[in-house]
Amino acid sequence: MIRELTCIGCPMGCELTVEVENGEAVSVSGNTCKIGENYARSEISAPTRVVTTTAISEQGRPVPVKTAGNVPKSKIFEVVEQIKNTHPKLPVALGDIIVPDAAGTGIDVKATMTVKE
Amino acid sequence: MREFDLAVIGGGPAGMAAAISAREAGIENIVIFERDTRLGGILNQCIHNGFGLHTFKEELTGPEYAERYAVRVEELGIPYELGTMVLDISKDKTVTIISPSRGVETVKAKAIVLAMGCRERPRGALGIPGFRPQGVYTAGTAQKLVNCEGVIPGKEVVILGSGDIGLIMARRMTLEGAKVRAVVELMPYSSGLKRNIVQCLDDYGIPLMLSHTVVDIKGKEKLEGVYVAAVDEKNNPVPGTEEYFPCDTLLLSCGLIPENELSRSAGVALSPLTNGPYVDESLETDIEGVFACGNVLHVHDLVDFVSEEAVRAGRNAAEYIKGKPANPGEPVEVIPCNGVRYTVPSRLYTQSVTEGVHIRFRVTGVYKGASIVVKCGDDELFRRKGRIFVPSEMLDVVIKPEKLTGVTGRITVEIEEGAK
Repeated sequence: MIRELTCIGCPMGCELTVEVENGEAVSVSGNTCKIGENYARSEISAPTRVVTTTAISEQGRPVPVKTAGNVPKSKIFEVVEQIKNTHPKLPVALGDIIVPDAAGTGIDVKATMTVKE
Repeated sequence: MREFDLAVIGGGPAGMAAAISAREAGIENIVIFERDTRLGGILNQCIHNGFGLHTFKEELTGPEYAERYAVRVEELGIPYELGTMVLDISKDKTVTIISPSRGVETVKAKAIVLAMGCRERPRGALGIPGFRPQGVYTAGTAQKLVNCEGVIPGKEVVILGSGDIGLIMARRMTLEGAKVRAVVELMPYSSGLKRNIVQCLDDYGIPLMLSHTVVDIKGKEKLEGVYVAAVDEKNNPVPGTEEYFPCDTLLLSCGLIPENELSRSAGVALSPLTNGPYVDESLETDIEGVFACGNVLHVHDLVDFVSEEAVRAGRNAAEYIKGKPANPGEPVEVIPCNGVRYTVPSRLYTQSVTEGVHIRFRVTGVYKGASIVVKCGDDELFRRKGRIFVPSEMLDVVIKPEKLTGVTGRITVEIEEGAK
């Protein structure tokens, strides 16, 4: 089976053609770098995304956060829910862990901005 | 009167990169004026990832990208003044500013880098009929409310325009528990990046209605819903295709306009094609010593391109301050031709070119298997074939300096269509 995908690895958005056998990518074409090939392989077998959102601090100011790596697409809302229920205390530094092991994915959620007050 | 070698107007990605490169080129007496309460500009509200792949070879969020530059500004000890609004720039490079700590003040600069960024096209510029109820926002305003203030503007959303901010906000509102009913786009193609259609709309099952527009807004005090209709090839609504979407929020993502009020008051000549200043290859405007970069010059889709452009503006401003002689000879005009909407720069001083000249532009439509061709008369200076060119992606070609030797008059940039 052939599947057409658009790579989300960077803003180029390469159009990928993927040959799929038994739920796995066996060949990828149309990519201009390694990211495209990796994206196609994981998108076919187990799609993942980086999640970005905000955690409202104890003081009320939102702190922008992201998952430090890809999490399964099916876990996105669970990850966001857990971040919603977390209220970090300011100050927060860029890179501080806000939620460890988000939704059991093994991936930490980290602050993406230094917020002093 | 305070005097500076270089005044940078705006502390976003363009302003920071320009100031850093000018300092690295040896200019000590620099100031950045920023009206917000922190450096970073629009990146501070762009909490999604996808920034910096070209510059840092990793995928950062907007705030992370901004903080790397802000840290560098601190390390280099470049002075910046926050909460400071520039009110006026005059031709002789006096700058009037206002701030809570200093009140109104006039300062003088040897060179100026314009880095004010851009703003969103508002509802008033779109001509949508209906009342003016609460609940209609530009996508960027909603983004600021959600990401910086922690306020969610509504629960049921329609988005008009498929620019990147609109797409990003479709996902953002969904993650915050809102129902995004549709993204409605007038054109037959999206003006946003393809990756954003995949990961912001497709991932969440949000429909993208191409060749459609909002024809009526219902609700007097509070938005109740919008009518969406298909449009024909002349972008006129087709009677009988109206569909009603109940919603409490309408977000507008209908294009960005460079913010050039200050440039205009300084007398800088502006291009009607970009709404930004006309510049030469050194990014100098028609006023000597006034440079422009980033979204105030032309709207970019990648911040990496903004930073790269700003580095050149800062470096060239430094050269000017150090006494680089005025541009020799007559400039060569750069003319956008078939399939090319505009070019930046719009003129080249070929005799002062010592490095590759960037020409940036956007195409007027979707071109598959076509080539970018830069010519002077019949002489080809540059050619590159591409799989696909789309208006949403700014193109960047670099003309080698040896190709420009002896070139006079005008050069053209065009899209040569491939075999159909």
